[in-house]
Amino acid sequence: MYYIDPHIHMVSRTTDDYETLAKMGCVAVSEPAFWAGYDRGSSAGFRDYFEQLTSFEAKRAASYGIQHFTWLCINAKEAENVSLSREVIAMIPEFLDRAGVLGIGEIGLNKNTRNEATIFLEHLDLAAKTDEQILIHTPHLEDKYQGTRMILDMLTGDRRLDRSRILVDHVEEHTVRWVLEAGFWAGMTLYPVSKCTPERAVDMVELYGPERLLVNSAGDWGPSKPTAVPDFILEMRSRGHSEQAIRQVVYENPVKFFSQSRNFTFEAPEWAEAEVRHP
Amino acid sequence: MSTDAASSELLDDEFLPMRARILELAASLDRTERAGQDFQEDPRWGQLQQAVELLLGAGTDRTERLQLLFSRPYQQKWREAWHM
Ligand SMILES: [Zn+2]
Repeated sequence: MYYIDPHIHMVSRTTDDYETLAKMGCVAVSEPAFWAGYDRGSSAGFRDYFEQLTSFEAKRAASYGIQHFTWLCINAKEAENVSLSREVIAMIPEFLDRAGVLGIGEIGLNKNTRNEATIFLEHLDLAAKTDEQILIHTPHLEDKYQGTRMILDMLTGDRRLDRSRILVDHVEEHTVRWVLEAGFWAGMTLYPVSKCTPERAVDMVELYGPERLLVNSAGDWGPSKPTAVPDFILEMRSRGHSEQAIRQVVYENPVKFFSQSRNFTFEAPEWAEAEVRHP
Repeated sequence: MSTDAASSELLDDEFLPMRARILELAASLDRTERAGQDFQEDPRWGQLQQAVELLLGAGTDRTERLQLLFSRPYQQKWREAWHM
């Protein structure tokens, strides 16, 4: 089964991981900008990061036949520094026309503070003015429910935003319904330690249906498994779900969502097209 | 397949993994108790006890209710409170 990982931080993975992903059927990845594990000292650090995301990383992926797409922003953790965040937000438009840039992300909340909310709103304003899609990070653990509800309040409070062009990631059992019912796309992140397992992700597909649901590995510098999407595919199969239903979640949904970005120049491999036409 | 047959088949698959996870949980609780008595004052211990009680109840939304048990509350009027 060919698939797309819609949220994976390849800058923190090795080239061997690209090879493994390619062997497992991954044909494209989308990489949101995020926290590097330490706070960057200046906006120049972000400029270099955006450069890496939009040039080097795409080449590294291409050498394994994987198409690489990306999203730009200052992440929620560093958004606590409001003046730095404003410098970064002012710089983002320079990169928005680059190949493979799908929009603004992953913006969100981390500890649900006032500063984080301020910078989240300023990113929304940038996305609205530049007509960009948005990819959202929801907080983890005890902050997730509160943070997700706050994020939804801010999104639904801005009438300029088109909900079908916004993906809210890291949904779990207590947040997925709120996101889908409000008309947004929802992403389930499969993480070995703190977050959702493939089994629980399949439970959510069974409960809410495959419409507007995506599944990703988030693979980053922490304990994570870049091949988590194939684990999800296997779990779907073992429960008797059709190949068509699986493909909808891991391939067709990401293509449909990303196609709303002007820089989504994805070329579907021939076999994938054939799979879609003649399941 | 009738629903009863399906659920009994599902239990065939799930019984051993669930048994294993309950044993893991029991071992974690034992380990905490062996380390001393201080934990009983910790609010997280109370949360864990509530969580285990929740598991014993009926329903098909235990996971969601557990998630909410471990969540900070959401205040609808947060924007007004912060003048945002
Ligand atoms: Zn991420």
